[in-house]
Amino acid sequence: MNTRAEQHRDGGGGGGGDVVITGGRLIDQSGERVGDVRVSGGLITEVGEGLTGERVLDASGCVVSPGFVDLHVHLREPGKEEAETIETGSRAAALGGFTAVVAMPNTDPAQDSVSVVDFVRRQGERAGLCEVLPSGCITVGRAGEQLAPFAELADAGVRLFTDDGSGVQDPLLMRRALEYSLGLGITLAQHCEVARLTEGAVMHEGSCCSRLGLPGWPAIAEELMLHRDIELVRLTGASMHFLHLSTARSVSMVRAAKSDGLPVTAEATPHHLSLTDEQLSGYSPIFKVTPPLRTMADIEAIRAGVADGTIDAIATDHAPHAPETKELPLDQAPPGMLGLETALGVSLACLDMPVADVVAALSWKPAAIAGVADRHGRPIATGEPANLTVFDPDVEWEVVPAQLASKSRNTPYVGQRLRGRVRHTVFLGDPVVLDGVPQR
Amino acid sequence: MKHLRSIDELGLDGLSRLLDLTEHMAEVNRRPNPKVPALRGKTVCNVFFEDSTRTRLSFETAAKRLSADTMTFAVGSSSLNKGESLRDTIETIGAMGVDAFVVRHGSSGVPWQVSDWTSGSVVNAGDGWHEHPTQALLDCFTIRTALGRSDGFDGLHIAIVGDIKHSRVARSDIAAFTALGAAVTLVAPRTLLPPAVDDLDVTVVDDLDEVIADIDVLYLLRMQRERMREALVPSLREYTSRFGLTPARARRLGEHALVMHPGPMNRGVEMAVDPSELPGSVITQQVTNGIAVRMAVLFDLLGSGPRPPVEPRPEEETS
Repeated sequence: MNTRAEQHRDGGGGGGGDVVITGGRLIDQSGERVGDVRVSGGLITEVGEGLTGERVLDASGCVVSPGFVDLHVHLREPGKEEAETIETGSRAAALGGFTAVVAMPNTDPAQDSVSVVDFVRRQGERAGLCEVLPSGCITVGRAGEQLAPFAELADAGVRLFTDDGSGVQDPLLMRRALEYSLGLGITLAQHCEVARLTEGAVMHEGSCCSRLGLPGWPAIAEELMLHRDIELVRLTGASMHFLHLSTARSVSMVRAAKSDGLPVTAEATPHHLSLTDEQLSGYSPIFKVTPPLRTMADIEAIRAGVADGTIDAIATDHAPHAPETKELPLDQAPPGMLGLETALGVSLACLDMPVADVVAALSWKPAAIAGVADRHGRPIATGEPANLTVFDPDVEWEVVPAQLASKSRNTPYVGQRLRGRVRHTVFLGDPVVLDGVPQR
Repeated sequence: MKHLRSIDELGLDGLSRLLDLTEHMAEVNRRPNPKVPALRGKTVCNVFFEDSTRTRLSFETAAKRLSADTMTFAVGSSSLNKGESLRDTIETIGAMGVDAFVVRHGSSGVPWQVSDWTSGSVVNAGDGWHEHPTQALLDCFTIRTALGRSDGFDGLHIAIVGDIKHSRVARSDIAAFTALGAAVTLVAPRTLLPPAVDDLDVTVVDDLDEVIADIDVLYLLRMQRERMREALVPSLREYTSRFGLTPARARRLGEHALVMHPGPMNRGVEMAVDPSELPGSVITQQVTNGIAVRMAVLFDLLGSGPRPPVEPRPEEETS
């Protein structure tokens, strides 16, 4: 399988000569400066000025940062290869500046065994465009009944566990999962949704859903489970990450939990930073997503949460769906939207904060949550792994679905002009994206 | 007007225009031979993904009285999942040459999707919980005729009672009644009110007895039995005692108050009296007026030019 990509990988890439990234603003955890970066053999070998080399990547007008890390992508393989494959999803990730992505476990079969997570990781290696980090299920088959083999999966390299796509409904099971996770060096991540409160739900419960005659997905369905889990973290001492938070109240709850010193982290998606439930007014299933698009007040609270660090990371919840499924009636269409290739532009537009803080939420903060801070989101310094993103924060571009690398077309930003786009992505020293063009 | 998908889309001007046009169509319907050639050569396709008797027959009759050709495509929405997609179904039928699709679907919003896939007009014959605009038009026409209110509904007090949350009829009626100037009161258990009801231009009361003597129109909605399984009401008995039209409540209705229902009725539940014994019941007129309203809608969508919809001298008609 995928032998062409393997050959390509063997034949090209960073193993060759030096690559020098010139003239960029270097932004990492230590601050910001101007400089050139030499990359060789997968590592950063020199940071300085006036560097030259065999291959020069122009970074003038651009930011050079540690590669982005997406805590939340659906790559659909195995099981729904008609919507996305690990290769096409990895390409979309590389174009979005991501050098590592955490693949959600709601595949078919689900990522609840070593064989499946090994397959996902290997497919990522074959594609060679970014590091694909399989997450593991909290429960077998994501059925919410029996714990998945955490320790076996942890030995296979899994660091983040979740039943994403649904939340763990049973409070006893969730308590046991948190207790059992202690000492294994792993983090459990919750998709907060009390399923009984969202049966048949299509969009945010509020005046818009009332007007449109669509079943509502109430904020309380997220907040109740979040509250339960914060208290379970308080009880057990286990660390926990909260996926795609969407409500103002959720942000305050996490803020309070953090001020209590609890080991919790949280993410928000670009679409929850940018789009409201009013988008559903034309009944396009493109805007159906879980949790749903909410109100401007929620958006403002989430933006404030990112700004003050309550929300640690921006994660895309990249959720490709084949076009025919997004032509079903709204109540039958699957939820989810593309995110990888638009995340940077949307984040820069929506977050009124220094570029360095946006980069932090896209890079080293999620890298720590994903348990890959040893190789992603590293400082731009000699000896560090060469996972780097070079982006132009000022270039404008129009989102054209047919031009996206994802196999699916369900971007909510179709036709919109975004500001900020990735120019080059360097993965393990290998320029996998050059001037916005994927190299494999 | 290209489509009729919602009352909001129609606006007050469109609403008034269609109600005036309905007067002409009602006149046609009173003739011995209620048929005019206004839409000869036009094709109307009824696409019903959800069971419906009266609405489908009403649209078919309306199209035939205007001499349009009609096709009917009726499927349970489940058969869509087995084979052809909604889009392919619409595009296939559209390729046969259809001027208007009349669409009924159990999912809100389907008429909007259908209008993306056809060059023809789309009439919403009921979508999910969302809208049923021709029902609202026939309700308005019935009130206008019965109460002599061709100048609008200013000063009228209309109570809509029952399962507002899941009712496309209620959504369309609220929009149409308030656009025409009526004061609308919703009476329902709190579990059957839509979310954010405060954002609607309506009053909400919990007790039907509080308003029953003061209203000009009592509009009862169908109470569905499955609502009890969803913990929305404890029992039909309790529902009837709080929100049903019982003999005691019927006696308190004003002398000229109308009683309306979109059908089909649950006798003994929301309608706990025999409607034929209610002097104010206009329920059968609603059904009759449905045909004239749908003729007006189809003519407005498909008729060519501003010519009068009917011949001025019906007795000269030959057929």
